[in-house]
Amino acid sequence: MADILVYALHDDEGNFNKNSLGAISEAAKLASETGGTAAAVVVGDVSDDAAAGLGGYGAAKVYRAKSCPEGLAQPIVDVMAKVISDNGFGYALFGGGLLGFEIGAGLTARLGAGVTMEVTAVKAADGKLVAERPVLQDSAIVDVGYVSEPGIIIGRLNAFDVNESGSGSAEVEDVEVELSEWSTKATMVTRGEARGEDVNIEDAEILVGGGRGLGEKENFKLAEDLAESMGGAVAATRAVVDAGWYPYSTQIGQTGKTVAPKLYLAAGISGAIQHKVGMQSSENILAINKDQNAPIFEFCDLGVVGDLHKIMPKLTEAIKAKKGG
Amino acid sequence: MKICCLVKEVPDAAVQKRLDPATKRLDRSGEKTLNQFDTHGIEAAMQIREGGAVDVDEIVAVTMGPESAQRALHKAVALGADRSVHLTDGSLAGSDVCATGYALAKVLESESPDLVLLGQQSDDGECYTIGAVVADHLKMPSLTQVIKMDVTDGKLRCERQAEYGYDTVEIQLPAVISVGDAINEPRYPSLKAIMGAKKKPLDTKAAGEVGIDSGQVGEAGSQTQVLAINPPPEKEAGEVFEDEDTNETVEKIVAWLDERKLI
Ligand SMILES: Cc1cc2nc3c(=O)[nH]c(=O)nc-3n(C[C@H](O)[C@H](O)[C@H](O)COP(=O)(O)OP(=O)(O)OC[C@H]3O[C@@H](n4cnc5c(N)ncnc54)[C@H](O)[C@@H]3O)c2cc1C
Ligand SMILES: Nc1ncnc2c1ncn2[C@@H]1O[C@H](COP(=O)(O)O)[C@@H](O)[C@H]1O
Repeated sequence: MADILVYALHDDEGNFNKNSLGAISEAAKLASETGGTAAAVVVGDVSDDAAAGLGGYGAAKVYRAKSCPEGLAQPIVDVMAKVISDNGFGYALFGGGLLGFEIGAGLTARLGAGVTMEVTAVKAADGKLVAERPVLQDSAIVDVGYVSEPGIIIGRLNAFDVNESGSGSAEVEDVEVELSEWSTKATMVTRGEARGEDVNIEDAEILVGGGRGLGEKENFKLAEDLAESMGGAVAATRAVVDAGWYPYSTQIGQTGKTVAPKLYLAAGISGAIQHKVGMQSSENILAINKDQNAPIFEFCDLGVVGDLHKIMPKLTEAIKAKKGG
Repeated sequence: MKICCLVKEVPDAAVQKRLDPATKRLDRSGEKTLNQFDTHGIEAAMQIREGGAVDVDEIVAVTMGPESAQRALHKAVALGADRSVHLTDGSLAGSDVCATGYALAKVLESESPDLVLLGQQSDDGECYTIGAVVADHLKMPSLTQVIKMDVTDGKLRCERQAEYGYDTVEIQLPAVISVGDAINEPRYPSLKAIMGAKKKPLDTKAAGEVGIDSGQVGEAGSQTQVLAINPPPEKEAGEVFEDEDTNETVEKIVAWLDERKLI
């Protein structure tokens, strides 16, 4: 029997995160396979209806800590540690996302619990859960079992599908948790700043992704020209967004958007896992990278080992010529 | 102010990394180097020192690992740390995240730092979690993936990207911060610093010396167990070719796009 507790993250408007909903769906499935139950934790200003609505994804019960702030990990560690100790959960499950990593890690320390991260699948056997984790650039997958109770499972982005198979309304229980002294020493000044214009890339059938290999901000022109020649849009990696080269709204990956265009052309992108999780479902992936060992070559459909400065302008011209002629 | 930088020795990027099927652990033979992500932590410490907003008395590089991990400490010192601490003990081998975080917290506790800096990830383990584990043991506030950090008396103002965009967070010291690789451009060590690194103080500590409970570390103290190692699902390999003649390359790409009706 596995009783599983899931953290459901929400934004400032109260919308639950898709990956959290996926984690609840996954927990519900695993719980039903093992004869346990799935429950969720929410913090902050979440209405009765919104909390109870998590039942639609399979949560039997929702623990709500209204006085705990959303958005920083440590207060939520306090809440989850208490809910787990008071109710005896066997596992804590997180959808992919940065906060899940931090909360899961905090629980590991607090409860002396084993943790597995970047989990792509969870198997139930004999009432216990085994986490599958790809390691070493996805070149092997390890099956990880837990000695401790609880076991902490942190999913990879988009690992768990959202499934509205629940039976409706979840029971909502308000919990009062006294925050640890150190949990109150970090305060959110501003949350979720978008930085840069709001660009829609989700609807584009063709995306040209630009990475640090472009060399400098100005060289995004190469990506823009190429995208324009194909009627597509331009996307970016965190590295270049953090550097201020391109707007956050164009970022693909773990803390950005997830896309699945007909073509994803990655230019000067190494193909780190956190980027890959946001674009690996693209129908066709074309990569231009000067390093033949770049991870992107492990999962692209067509890869060109070469200098993007030489290739991109000529490619743009050739496509324009082809379209014109 | 005293800053401790956690640094790790990892297999060189050029080394083909693999798991040892017998021990189910990472095969750590072959060339090793300082985890590139940790050089950003040391650079961040150096910039705090040079920034002048606060007085930095000491920057201490701290690692846990086998004897060879000393070399990572030498590199950290060459990059600017004043001295280093090496936690090394046979009982620590095979520690998982839970055990490693506990052991690192113990050795850090013995140093009483005002600020602990880590890299965003280890190049081999890629767990992204050690910072938050260490912080909870030390009962300090913490934030990971920080890409901007300003220090003023007793406080840090940090920026980082989370699920909905950029967050700005204020944190009281002492604190544990793991820095993203966009936070700075680590400097190259001078030849003089490289030559002098081995002469800087290096303390070697055994587990017992920093109060580590041997039941909580190593394989015995680990709370996860690798049950099996499997190959990833078969995926049809894409075609990868080298750009020798760019006109030909472009022709090939256009044909490929055309075939798939993408242009
Ligand atoms: C918690 C967390 C969350 C993250 N979230 C995200 C996310 O949402 N999205 C994301 O993208 N990343 C994310 N990252 C960062 C991710 O790990 C990588 O650091 C990032 O994706 C790297 O971006 P890049 O490929 O542009 O840069 P790099 O990894 O530096 O790669 C640049 C590539 O360009 C190539 N290159 C250089 N010059 C040329 C040239 N002239 N011609 C051709 N090729 C060239 C190089 O060979 C290299 O492979 C996250 C990381 C963490 C830890
Ligand atoms: N054995 C270790 N010794 C010192 N620091 C470590 C060790 N393992 C991890 N770290 C630190 O924790 C960071 C994150 O590692 P990880 O959680 O494994 O991705 C690294 O960048 C290091 O700063």
